[in-house]
Amino acid sequence: MNAVAPAATSAAAGRRPWWRRRAQVPLLVTLVLFVAMAGAGGVLYHGFLTPQVFLNLLIDNAFLCIVAVGMTFVILAGGIDLSVGAVVAFSTVLLAELVQRHGWPPLAAIALVLAVGTGFGAGMGVLIQRFRLQPFVVTLAGMFLARGVATLISVDSIDIDQPWLASVANLRLPLGGGSMLSVGALVALAVVAAGALLAGASSFGRTVYAIGGSESSARLMGLPVDATVVRVYALSGFCAALAGVVYTLYMLSGYSQHALGLELDAIAAVVIGGTVLAGGSGYVLGTLLGVLVLGLIQTLIVFDGELSSWWTRIVIGALLLAFCLLQRLFRRKEIKP
Amino acid sequence: MAETTGTMAASSAISSRWGRGLRRCLAHPLLWPLLTLILLLAGNGLFNPGFLALQWRDGHLYGNLIDIAHRAAPLALVSLGMTLVIALRGLDISVGAVLAIAATVAAWTIGHVSNDGLLPLWLAIAAALAAGALCGLWNGWLVVGAGMQPIVATLILMVAGRGIAQSISGGQILTLYYAPYSFLGNGFVLGLPFSLFVVAAVFALLQLALRKTALGLFVRAIGHNPQAAHVAGVRARAITLGAYVFCGIAAALAGLLVSSNVNSADANNAGLLLELDAILAVALGGSLLGGGRFSLAGSLLGALIIQALTTTIYAIGVPPQVNLAVKAVLVFAVMLLQSPLCRGQLRALLRLRAERRA
Repeated sequence: MNAVAPAATSAAAGRRPWWRRRAQVPLLVTLVLFVAMAGAGGVLYHGFLTPQVFLNLLIDNAFLCIVAVGMTFVILAGGIDLSVGAVVAFSTVLLAELVQRHGWPPLAAIALVLAVGTGFGAGMGVLIQRFRLQPFVVTLAGMFLARGVATLISVDSIDIDQPWLASVANLRLPLGGGSMLSVGALVALAVVAAGALLAGASSFGRTVYAIGGSESSARLMGLPVDATVVRVYALSGFCAALAGVVYTLYMLSGYSQHALGLELDAIAAVVIGGTVLAGGSGYVLGTLLGVLVLGLIQTLIVFDGELSSWWTRIVIGALLLAFCLLQRLFRRKEIKP
Repeated sequence: MAETTGTMAASSAISSRWGRGLRRCLAHPLLWPLLTLILLLAGNGLFNPGFLALQWRDGHLYGNLIDIAHRAAPLALVSLGMTLVIALRGLDISVGAVLAIAATVAAWTIGHVSNDGLLPLWLAIAAALAAGALCGLWNGWLVVGAGMQPIVATLILMVAGRGIAQSISGGQILTLYYAPYSFLGNGFVLGLPFSLFVVAAVFALLQLALRKTALGLFVRAIGHNPQAAHVAGVRARAITLGAYVFCGIAAALAGLLVSSNVNSADANNAGLLLELDAILAVALGGSLLGGGRFSLAGSLLGALIIQALTTTIYAIGVPPQVNLAVKAVLVFAVMLLQSPLCRGQLRALLRLRAERRA
């Protein structure tokens, strides 16, 4: 049955060329938006269309990208995870505390941070799945808890001067032509690639899409719904912890007030990347595009120099609105054949 | 009938009436929040004998209890609005941003009207409330008109709201030098803080509207089953829209209190994380987060519990950062207690243990 279903859907969808399929329209809009914004930046500002400007998008938003990939899975499964920003902050504090104040070897500390983040996400997943609690409220409480525990570990910001971490943080990989990438950006790209594979070419990914489409149908089809829901939140927790590690490298400090409001940016990136907030439809690569669009907005505002920083938030809000309305538009059309 | 049986029947009737009264008391939805609050305050009084004392000084009532109620006022206002929205199966996570917008609008208005008499005060209040209502209308329209999920619809204003507030304030903290305005958050009437009267007035108005008209019934009907309510002819869309508008206005009122209390409007930090506290207050008060069952008095108690908790944590000298973790544990506990599945499992566990013992 599992083998037949995808073949049938791809045959039905195969009648239309890929760019005219409904699920792709928001993604295409995002792509057009990105190209148009980059083009406008190139026309308006001198020195905008250089490779390094675009690589900096990845370097400066690596943590957001990693978090957003985890968030994509959660939203695809019809849930939401508001704790990611807090988990990032918690991870930075834990890593900095272990390495800086307790002399742990960095790799061991990183492993522990990743394990704790994954366990935290899995715990929330169990609460959501086992007791039928609303994901929104559970992860909200998780957000309180993670930030609270982070402040309990250390109220003040912990600066990191551990040689190995500092050297990894400052490592730049030359790509030729004077452009380069940081380790964090490479990790982000790897996470996006792994996420895309996981969503598109694994039974786990297919189950996630099925749950987002209709949980009861997925259950009737005999898919492992319960285990997958827990795994999705565990994955989001893992991504948040990994983003925390990358953020620690980016800032070279651990602080409980890091990454305030990151969950909102991550949700915005996922939605702008074309994933439907009700679940069941979307792409991990779209999320990457969404992150790049958010980064580009900031870069444009920085390049302009006259616009104030708060315009970022207003523009992101407006984009969020536009994409949500776009989703509504297409869902309505699907219902009325 | 013999007299003896009569007296026996009477005595058993009395005891059963007592039992029923007790049972009704135990089953009353406000019991647990009230008990939590009393325990919290009593615990404070035990460790710190002066905690519960009230003093009459300069014609004002002072004391920790008054202080807790005064500081809880903005949260209480927002939780009242949030209760209605949650009762209608919605959620408004933009209240913190709306509070910031309203506070900034009020400060901006006062800054741009000449400081003569009470005119700037009324203008500021009107402008802030109008801004709040507009925000609520926007949220409500997105939910009702555009058919978005409430979390997503209000997320938009939550993301953009502080940006809007900053664009009004020019990115600065607006400081207020206008005495009448500072009365809202610092003034006393009849020896009690003015903010308490604001909360009481809003609460009374809301209670009146929900109890004395069919509105309360409609809200419950929509919360329990929107489709059934619609089929029964309840104007669900208009009522839902109204709830969001009211929530916006409540947040704006809270913004007035907060900004006048500190005599400044901070677009970035006013009402930060308020939405979480408000949801927590609603949940603590015994309203179902899934909609339908709600209690306005419970939400007021919830707001008081949260503030009492904060004051306690400050009073016993634990670092205030613990507050967040304690709140998180509280939310988890309340959620699990509210979950029918968890209750069923607990009950089954207790029964199993009892059977084993027998």
